[in-house]
Amino acid sequence: MRELFPMKQVNGYIFSLLLTVVALSVYFFDMSFAMGLTILVVTAFIQAGVQLVVFMHAGESEDKGGIYVHTIYGVVLALLTILGSLLAMIWGYMY
Amino acid sequence: MDFFDRFTIPPHDDPMLYASIVAIGLVSIAIVFGVTYFKKWGYLWSEWLTTVDHKRIGIMYIISALLMLFRGGADAVMMRLQTAVPDNSFLDAQHYNEVFTTHGVVMIFFMAMAFIIGMMNFVVPLQIGARDVAFPRLNALSFWLYFAGAMLFNLSFVIGGSPDAGWTNYYPLAGTDFSEHVGVNYYNWALQISGIGTLMTGINFIATIMKMRAPGMTLMKMPMFTWSALITNLIIVFAFPVLTIALLMGTLDRQFFTNFFTTGDGGMDMMWANLFWIWGHPEVYILILPAFGIYSQIIATFSQRNLYGYKSMVASMVIISLLSFMVWVHHFFTMGQGAVANSIFSITTMAIAVPTGIKIFNWLLTMWKGKIRFTTPMMYSVAFIPLFTIGGVTGVMLAIASADYQYHNTMFLVAHFHNVIIPGVVFAMIAGLIYYWPKMFGFLLNERIGKWAFWNIVIGFCLSFFPMYITGLNGQARRMYTYSEASGFGPLSMVSFFGALLLAVGFALIVYNVYYSFRYAPRNVGDDPWNARSLEWATHNPVPEYNFAITPNVNSSEAFWDYKKNGHDLFKGGIKDIHMPNNSGWSIILAGIFFVFAFCFVFHVWVGVIIAFVGIISCLLYRSFEKDDGHHIHKEEIEETEKKFGGAE
Ligand code: HEM
Ligand SMILES: [Cu+2]
Repeated sequence: MRELFPMKQVNGYIFSLLLTVVALSVYFFDMSFAMGLTILVVTAFIQAGVQLVVFMHAGESEDKGGIYVHTIYGVVLALLTILGSLLAMIWGYMY
Repeated sequence: MDFFDRFTIPPHDDPMLYASIVAIGLVSIAIVFGVTYFKKWGYLWSEWLTTVDHKRIGIMYIISALLMLFRGGADAVMMRLQTAVPDNSFLDAQHYNEVFTTHGVVMIFFMAMAFIIGMMNFVVPLQIGARDVAFPRLNALSFWLYFAGAMLFNLSFVIGGSPDAGWTNYYPLAGTDFSEHVGVNYYNWALQISGIGTLMTGINFIATIMKMRAPGMTLMKMPMFTWSALITNLIIVFAFPVLTIALLMGTLDRQFFTNFFTTGDGGMDMMWANLFWIWGHPEVYILILPAFGIYSQIIATFSQRNLYGYKSMVASMVIISLLSFMVWVHHFFTMGQGAVANSIFSITTMAIAVPTGIKIFNWLLTMWKGKIRFTTPMMYSVAFIPLFTIGGVTGVMLAIASADYQYHNTMFLVAHFHNVIIPGVVFAMIAGLIYYWPKMFGFLLNERIGKWAFWNIVIGFCLSFFPMYITGLNGQARRMYTYSEASGFGPLSMVSFFGALLLAVGFALIVYNVYYSFRYAPRNVGDDPWNARSLEWATHNPVPEYNFAITPNVNSSEAFWDYKKNGHDLFKGGIKDIHMPNNSGWSIILAGIFFVFAFCFVFHVWVGVIIAFVGIISCLLYRSFEKDDGHHIHKEEIEETEKKFGGAE
């Protein structure tokens, strides 16, 4: 029975519901813009991670090394592009 | 009649335009008539239009790329003719704008991209010992979406009017305020659908290379072209979505009155330039890396030695793939960033020259102790090294942000990127085509005509583009339809025009060579005409449908060489039934509907858009419920084919 029951997935499901509730709370509680956005960004990233590992089964096959390397590569590129755009369009923009 | 007004082209009192409309009409009729007359529709449909075979899709990509090369080449000659003498009036300003825009788009998206993807299609599965790509049907769809995009774009100058805001399509110029007519809509939609095709190619090839390598072929035992294809497709997957979204935002701005790239109402016109180059700089590496891969194969083969520095070749490509996403701002150093931002991107840009330089040295060292055979593909490769280095050095000059204020938007920049793209990408693709020609068609192209073409192209290239470095430094701006006598650009521009003609002669000679060799070249070239080294040469010429009768067992990146010289047992076991995918008309039909969808969108014909959209969804649903398990080629049939080739075993 133990092996048959998808404990990991159920826990993952509950956890992702929890994350959604936390994110939703930003709407219901009165807080500063920065605070709200921080909560949203953090929960969003954790949520994406949970989905990837628990429901899309990253890390369960032989090539999990490759999958994680690709994922990290993608995240790094996305961050670089966003930071670079901010640098070029806002922080470092003169005119 | 109001409805039809939108399809007319904006007034040009230019007889040439009408001449070309008539020419297009006549050629289309001639093709339809010819195919009907020779009763080839059935053959064309069942063997080519519906094929899912990676080799045939590759060949179709390459044929389309060559067609687009001639389309873009004609534009180029027209531009050089217009600028050959001061104050010329062969093309007016508007027409010149349309011509350089079309030239850029056609050459980058529909020529260079198609050529590299075609080459990857043909070569990669053979190099890794696979029977096809991971998703053959998707692969056919990629091709047909690309083709639909290319045809849509080429339609623009006869129906509705061509885009004229440059291949970079900067806003606010490309917005409805300054580009009222449908040209830019064509740009958006043609690139959108062919871009989706490219994105699917990226996913398809990553899956193929990661999952379908022959037994024994670890990542570090892949031939170098396959490595370059893997990295290229990774870049495609990360870069193309940015283009997709940017084009979508542009479309919303132009057709639904949003304000992403407008100058007022909270829009940010610079954001287009930013997004375009976030895609655009990686794009230039998408183009050049497969070229590097081809050169690695050719240089090793014709130096008759293994590639020097395999690991550093791989490492430098990985580093390039990361760096290529960190430099894009160098395309708009002059558009408002301060010193800090510009310095950061200046340094990352210069850093890219380092891994590129490593590769140059590796090729030189491969040749150094080799016994070089100067075949035509090798001559292109040898010419590539110094010419590309000049392009790289001028790139580093452009990368100095403060100096770029002088160079930016001059002919110096134009000389730079042609200097990297022509000896880099175009030479590589021609060399690769000649090198793999026997694998595709079973005979060799004539070497003597090939060398004539080579010399015309190399000399033509130098005469055409080196003068632009000088006129650029003297202040000649790019994209200007004419200049005054007093500017002094006249003589060098004339040289440049002459160079363009030589290039045209060179390409014409290549076409003649295909015709000549098809008629007269001997057909018994065998399976290994070049004394090659990597796995793709371990099967027959031309390659049978199933690629390898027995899945090869690989022990190194030069498996075929080991098989020939070191007695490595490449084919263990006997012939078995082979499972292959079925042909299908689904891809071409779906792409056809996409074409209608995009065409209607360009002209705001909403009824057509809705009908086509329903068609697209229906095709996708049909595919979801379709049952297609492929077919088997039986053992006896394979043995029969193998015997015809003289029996590999
Ligand atoms: C050493 C490597 C390279 C460096 C440092 C470099 C640097 C640059 C810089 C700084 C610019 C912008 C200049 C300006 O707008 O004023 C530029 C433009 C360009 N480069 Fe390169 N580049 C390099 C290699 C390549 C390669 C390999 C390709 C293509 C295969 C390429 C294609 C282009 C194109 C197409 C443009 C101009 C696009 C346009 O504005 O229309 N570059 N390059
Ligand atoms: Cu760049």
